[in-house]
Amino acid sequence: MDWRQLWEICSAPDNVPIVGLIPLLIFYIYLAWKQAHANDQLIAQLETDPAMAKTHHRKTWPFKQGWQKEVHVWPFLLRIEFLAAIIVTIILMVWSITLNAPLEEPSNPNLTMNPAKAPWYFLGLQEMLVYFDPWIAGVVMPTLIIIGLMVIPYIDTNPLGSGYYTWKQRKFSISTFLFGFIIMWVTMIMIGTFIRGPGWQWFWPGQTWDHNRLIYEVNRDLPDIFGITSNLGKGIFGAIVVGGYYAIGGFVVYSLFRRYMAKDFKRMSLLQFSITQFLLLTMVALPIKMGIRLLWHIKYVWITPWFNI
Amino acid sequence: MAEENNDKNGKVGLIDRVKDDIQAMKVDIPTKAKEQIEGLKDPTKTQAYTSIFRHKHDDTPRNRALGVLSNVFLHLHPAKINRDAVRYSYTWGMGGITFFLFIVLTYTGVLLMFYYHPTKVQAFRDVLYLEHDVPFGKILRNMHRWAAHLMVIAVWLHMFRVFLTGSYKKPREFNWNIGVLLLVFTLLLSFTGYLLPDDQLGFWAVTVGTNMARATPLLGHEGPFGHQLGMTPYNDVRFGLLGGSIVDANALLRSYIWHCIGIPIVASVLMIVHFWRVRKDGGISGPAPVMLPQEADKPRRGPKAAGE
Repeated sequence: MDWRQLWEICSAPDNVPIVGLIPLLIFYIYLAWKQAHANDQLIAQLETDPAMAKTHHRKTWPFKQGWQKEVHVWPFLLRIEFLAAIIVTIILMVWSITLNAPLEEPSNPNLTMNPAKAPWYFLGLQEMLVYFDPWIAGVVMPTLIIIGLMVIPYIDTNPLGSGYYTWKQRKFSISTFLFGFIIMWVTMIMIGTFIRGPGWQWFWPGQTWDHNRLIYEVNRDLPDIFGITSNLGKGIFGAIVVGGYYAIGGFVVYSLFRRYMAKDFKRMSLLQFSITQFLLLTMVALPIKMGIRLLWHIKYVWITPWFNI
Repeated sequence: MAEENNDKNGKVGLIDRVKDDIQAMKVDIPTKAKEQIEGLKDPTKTQAYTSIFRHKHDDTPRNRALGVLSNVFLHLHPAKINRDAVRYSYTWGMGGITFFLFIVLTYTGVLLMFYYHPTKVQAFRDVLYLEHDVPFGKILRNMHRWAAHLMVIAVWLHMFRVFLTGSYKKPREFNWNIGVLLLVFTLLLSFTGYLLPDDQLGFWAVTVGTNMARATPLLGHEGPFGHQLGMTPYNDVRFGLLGGSIVDANALLRSYIWHCIGIPIVASVLMIVHFWRVRKDGGISGPAPVMLPQEADKPRRGPKAAGE
């Protein structure tokens, strides 16, 4: 266990935000979960008691007859904003006094940094480069992430859970978002920051970064395993595998949706549903590709003269 | 008037007039001084004051509302909001903190611009100069950097909260989209700033980042079908981003201009739309009364649906 190495990584000034992100995320997930749990209990209670549902104010916070429903922004909101501004300023001041912004040697194109890391918020994309060619990891995936985020309001047809925390009413959408944001995006940033060392090799936290370490890894392509050697054969084989993934996966999504999310499925148009299918399968393809790479050393699934997937 | 008549008759001379004026002054000036002092006892009644603040500040509901509505910076808010909408456990305050950090970054950024030249010869030296010679230069740069990191985190947490409360749902779909664009611009702002110290860290981070642009399908010289479309390192999308085939002087200048002028303007416009739409879409989404599954497909009928 090389504590010094671990400390060097964790205390690198630009890594401090990531170290800080972990407790922040844990706190806010806890805060959201607590309220979602309370709301879910209230919903369950109101469902079994229709008379109560008619008269209840439907929030977990107390409300009594005669209380004002609205408060003045001045001072009730502005004092919070003022306080927030002061607290953030204090945090920034303390942070800026105690920790210096990094400044390395002057830029030198002839001296490659090893590892050369992107800013921490892009490390998820850099980590993807291990598993996909740059055009997917660096261009197609980011574009799909942005498009995927933007279409969320238009493909989520569930009218429940608007304006309050809940888990039971939105199990699918919340778990999908948690998967994409926490498990994929944040975890890949953590891997990129704390685990990837020189040569973008895998070093466990506390393992010494060995700049001379070599790993003899023989990566194969999926068509090779099936003994396909001709370029045309590889192209056709890959198209079948990738096409088959989307076709069979799409069918699985359909069969799960109509069974377990019948109401939402009924509300969805064909376009909404097919976009959901595509984005969902593309998101899941990432951990699948990571898995087959890490477990079976498979590099490409689909090989063509123009692009490889 | 008697004096005028005297004037015309030429009987009263200049000395008399002056004497008369002195007599009058002895009364006029002390009266005015008294009035002035009386007026200063309540400065809120002066013309200068009332021209700036257009209403009284007595603690009445009307004045509390006017305090918000008649102030250009505060009128972003409604006069009154739902009593639960101020609960921090619901809002997390991350949108506001993001905006505050944007202001901090603009402020520190403008100050940094006074000391920085976006040229290969001077950029790195300017940062050294900032760190060692400029009064408070070090804390200025530190604060700019850490506020930028904090802003990225705040934006993510804001998006996370908006998602978890389903606040992107009808009628706020469009504003969620503006928000996603603002997220992208926040990341780009941070990324373009990374190169500016012109040190190894920024240089290689930007090299790694823009190398991906080589592989853009159709538009990059190493991307799928890029070669077939005649893309070379000297005419593809990466060349456009860097102003050259390597990260060099032009890339520094471009990233400086995007960082200080281009993206802040676009982001500011989007922010205006974002805040405006928050109000136009009915204010903050909640905390709304919970809805039961059996009510899902029924139209919501205003406050009655909340079971009052």
